[in-house]
Amino acid sequence: MSYQIPKFRHPELPVNDLGYTKADYEGSISTLCAGCGHDSISGAIVKACHELSIPPHMIAKMSGIGCSSKSPTYFLGKSHGFNSVHGRMPSVVTGAAMANRDLIYLGVSGDGDTASIGMGQFAHVARRNLNMVYIVMNNGCYGLTKGQDSATADEGSVSKKGDANVFSAIDLCSTALQMGATFVARSFSGDKDQLVPLIKAAISHRGFALIDVVSPCVTFNNNAGSTKSYEFVREHAEATGTVDFVPMQKEITTDYEPGSSHEVTLHDGSSIHLYKMSENLDPFDRTSALMNMENHRTAGDILTGLIYMDKDSRDLHDVLETSRRPLNTLDTEDLCPGNQMLKNINASLR
Amino acid sequence: MKRIESVNDFVIKFANVNGTGSASANNMFAKALFRMGLPVCPKNIFPSNIQGLPTWYEVRVSEKGYLGRRGGVDIALSVNPQSMAQDIKEVEEGGYFIYDDTKPLDLRLMRNDVNIIGIPLTRICNEEYTDPRQRQLFKNVIYVGALAALLDMDFKVLTDLVKDQFKGKEKLILPNIHALELGHQYVKANLECPIGIRVKTSDQVGDKILLDGNTALGLGAIYGGATVAAWYPITPSTSVVDAYEKYVRRVRIDPGTGEKNYAIVQAEDELSAIGMVIGASWNGARAFTATSGPGISLMSEFLGLAYFAEIPTVLIDVQRAGPSTGMPTRTQQSDVLSAAYASHGDTKQVLLFPATPKECFDFGAMSFDLAERLQTPIIIMTDLDLGMNDNMSEPLEWDDNRAYDRGKVMTAEQLEEGVEFGRYLDVDGDAICYRTYPGAHPKRGAFFTRGTSRDEYAVYTERGEEYEKNMLRLMRKWDTIKEYVPEPEVVTAAEKTDVAVLYYGTSEESSRESLDFLAEEGVHLDAMRVRAFPFNDDVKAFIENHKQVFVIEQNRDAQLRTLLMAEFEFGPDKLKSVLCFDGTPISARNISKQIKQHLNGGEVQPLHRTKIAGQAGE
Ligand SMILES: Cc1ncc(C[n+]2csc(CCOP(=O)(O)OP(=O)(O)O)c2C)c(N)n1
Ligand code: SF4
Repeated sequence: MSYQIPKFRHPELPVNDLGYTKADYEGSISTLCAGCGHDSISGAIVKACHELSIPPHMIAKMSGIGCSSKSPTYFLGKSHGFNSVHGRMPSVVTGAAMANRDLIYLGVSGDGDTASIGMGQFAHVARRNLNMVYIVMNNGCYGLTKGQDSATADEGSVSKKGDANVFSAIDLCSTALQMGATFVARSFSGDKDQLVPLIKAAISHRGFALIDVVSPCVTFNNNAGSTKSYEFVREHAEATGTVDFVPMQKEITTDYEPGSSHEVTLHDGSSIHLYKMSENLDPFDRTSALMNMENHRTAGDILTGLIYMDKDSRDLHDVLETSRRPLNTLDTEDLCPGNQMLKNINASLR
Repeated sequence: MKRIESVNDFVIKFANVNGTGSASANNMFAKALFRMGLPVCPKNIFPSNIQGLPTWYEVRVSEKGYLGRRGGVDIALSVNPQSMAQDIKEVEEGGYFIYDDTKPLDLRLMRNDVNIIGIPLTRICNEEYTDPRQRQLFKNVIYVGALAALLDMDFKVLTDLVKDQFKGKEKLILPNIHALELGHQYVKANLECPIGIRVKTSDQVGDKILLDGNTALGLGAIYGGATVAAWYPITPSTSVVDAYEKYVRRVRIDPGTGEKNYAIVQAEDELSAIGMVIGASWNGARAFTATSGPGISLMSEFLGLAYFAEIPTVLIDVQRAGPSTGMPTRTQQSDVLSAAYASHGDTKQVLLFPATPKECFDFGAMSFDLAERLQTPIIIMTDLDLGMNDNMSEPLEWDDNRAYDRGKVMTAEQLEEGVEFGRYLDVDGDAICYRTYPGAHPKRGAFFTRGTSRDEYAVYTERGEEYEKNMLRLMRKWDTIKEYVPEPEVVTAAEKTDVAVLYYGTSEESSRESLDFLAEEGVHLDAMRVRAFPFNDDVKAFIENHKQVFVIEQNRDAQLRTLLMAEFEFGPDKLKSVLCFDGTPISARNISKQIKQHLNGGEVQPLHRTKIAGQAGE
């Protein structure tokens, strides 16, 4: 069941450039466990889309299967949604994006959905640089099937049952980087200040944007000894720096240092402003990003923030040279070569 | 000694080594006969291997126009020592065995009831060419020239064909013609020509074309308006997307901007390929994928989603011999059940069974209309035989006044007017509901697509009655579908009979021939070719109206028969199986033999396989 949120709203809620209130970006009331990190992420998505003044119907929200993959029901109620099958959201988004390049594709997945059954599709969608935002709600366990370890559970991390995980963890950010992702970030569901600008930047980035969000499962993985619990993450998160996202509308300002290495202009004219960089991290250098993540991992820390971005990313449509006009707007007269061409083909087959 | 004598009616089988360039020479031979006005039916029988193993090419020539496999070999042309023992054994009594006699024939292989003809192909090559690759390639062309003399073919047809074939690569024309002449002259000078079998120019071809089913399907996808193709390589379906790509490049690139009005993505696997098709179709583009048995297995979960969430999906299954990896380069019709009920839960998928390249083209184009009209997966079931062999076919045609049927899509205007929208509301009573494309309207029309149970407004629910309502509507939709899919074709016997045959896809040609043969012997049978699943009521009536129906198919388990029994609740005695599942296309002789055996043999055990298995290879 999903419950509709009551329609009544305070008349003076702030509106964005399109005249929409935040409520216009919400969905049904969540049926996830109270306190589930996934709900905070949904909240961050709502805030980011509202602040960016995106027409809600221009977003397609797609997911696989799992608690995390259920969450699209709980945000952006005016957008089309698609719960596909377990682990295979990336292919559905790829097809959808091929059909209509004008929508914004927001994929939501879990760590089970992505790092186990969907690992192949995850790797390949990153490698194809599909223009999409891919948010992993990463709780290190399977929520919906009641708490089994997932492939992102750290070795030694203790599950609710009390067993320590014996296998090494897959780091989705490193994997994405190695697969050629052009925007990689990590955040924490409890850190909205960091997460919201990251989501905004990811939406504006042209190409594959991964945000791996540690999102504790309060029911099955928020116990002592779990490295994906609220407490552990709060204590061990180290931010790369604070990220400010400046949407395109406000670009003509003078308080930026032009050419500053910490300010990035995205393809649509928006910019990301990074400050307080952690030492040695150059977010425009893939190798340095990988090394930094690895260093923090061995030190037992979780590096959060924008980890890598390719400023000159070419997305799948650029590579395939598909027409600017969305393919789904083409019809018989644009597509059908007509009988004369068949006559020529017939003649060549005699 | 007996000598098979015939004009324009014979079977010749070439035995070569895979990867030696024999395919194009053999093809040249078949095409030359075709250009002489003779119906030909060429079939590749090749190994799942790139180089070195035996490969065969069988050409059936039939002035009467029979286009299936007949069975038996009248002329064997063997240039592969590895398969020579088998090749000579296959020749009919009084037939001809042509071989490279540069080395003498192993006396143990000798047959006294076969006409043995030696041509020193290797010697001729070695005397003429120094380059080893040329020696290999031209050996094949030389035997085509030799055959032209033995069969009394019009030599000019061959030289014209070479000129056409190498248009744009003019340097190759003269050397090829020279090789043809080498073979031709040697045979004229040294052997008795023509042999008992010969060809005469005829006029049985008309405006027909020679085309393989996969290319026809690729063209069908273009004409049907497919803009997205996602696929993962698998024999024998790969050339569907190859053909799509080849032709789409010619017709769908904007000459000004170089932009493409299509997108082809080679997926990482079949799971992804079908996922992309579903995503694109959900978003309002026409999309397709092509695969074979192993791919169907992988795509099943997604097919269930597309069925339940009602997303148009076009999937081409070029069947090969299973189970598992089976015989990847041999033909079968053995994915019928796994496709018909693909996926878990109560699922039914629409299948189309084309029998000719023309039908591949037509069904290919039509499948997009059907998928969007019916909002469900459409699976085109062809097989290696139709897909990868040149088949004689009616020319392809397109009605320029035809517009695509995009099905029930609610537009922004309708939504603006405030028309009620519920994704799974049966507004028109045909159980097909309206959908909207993502992004259609700022305030209305958005819905959630999901594989979980939902109500008529696409809202998730686990209430039993909502689930049942939806499942029953899908059953009613299945009835609607029956009205849209291609109807079966009936051929009534010359004399009244209560026995009939039923076949589908590539079983048609040989079945038709075998019916003619049986009729000559006084056995008359009505015939029906099923062209789609769901079966419509005509299929039911046809079976009911006959005491006994033979179901002819190319798999071990009589899969279409099972489907007929399951859907119509016919008892097993009503439907008898005629089967072939050795990986080669079923032959007319095999069919006749099995039917006669059933008819004469009194009690037949339909589920008793051993008897049938013994007959399958003839
Ligand atoms: C093919 C298939 N296998 C297994 C399942 C069962 N299943 C549902 S959700 C899930 C795991 C979800 O874990 P995750 O993606 O981490 O999401 P979470 O619930 O933790 O947010 C599994 C295994 C399924 N739906 N489909
Ligand atoms: S089980 Fe865990 S992941 Fe699922 S909703 Fe509850 S807290 Fe969230």
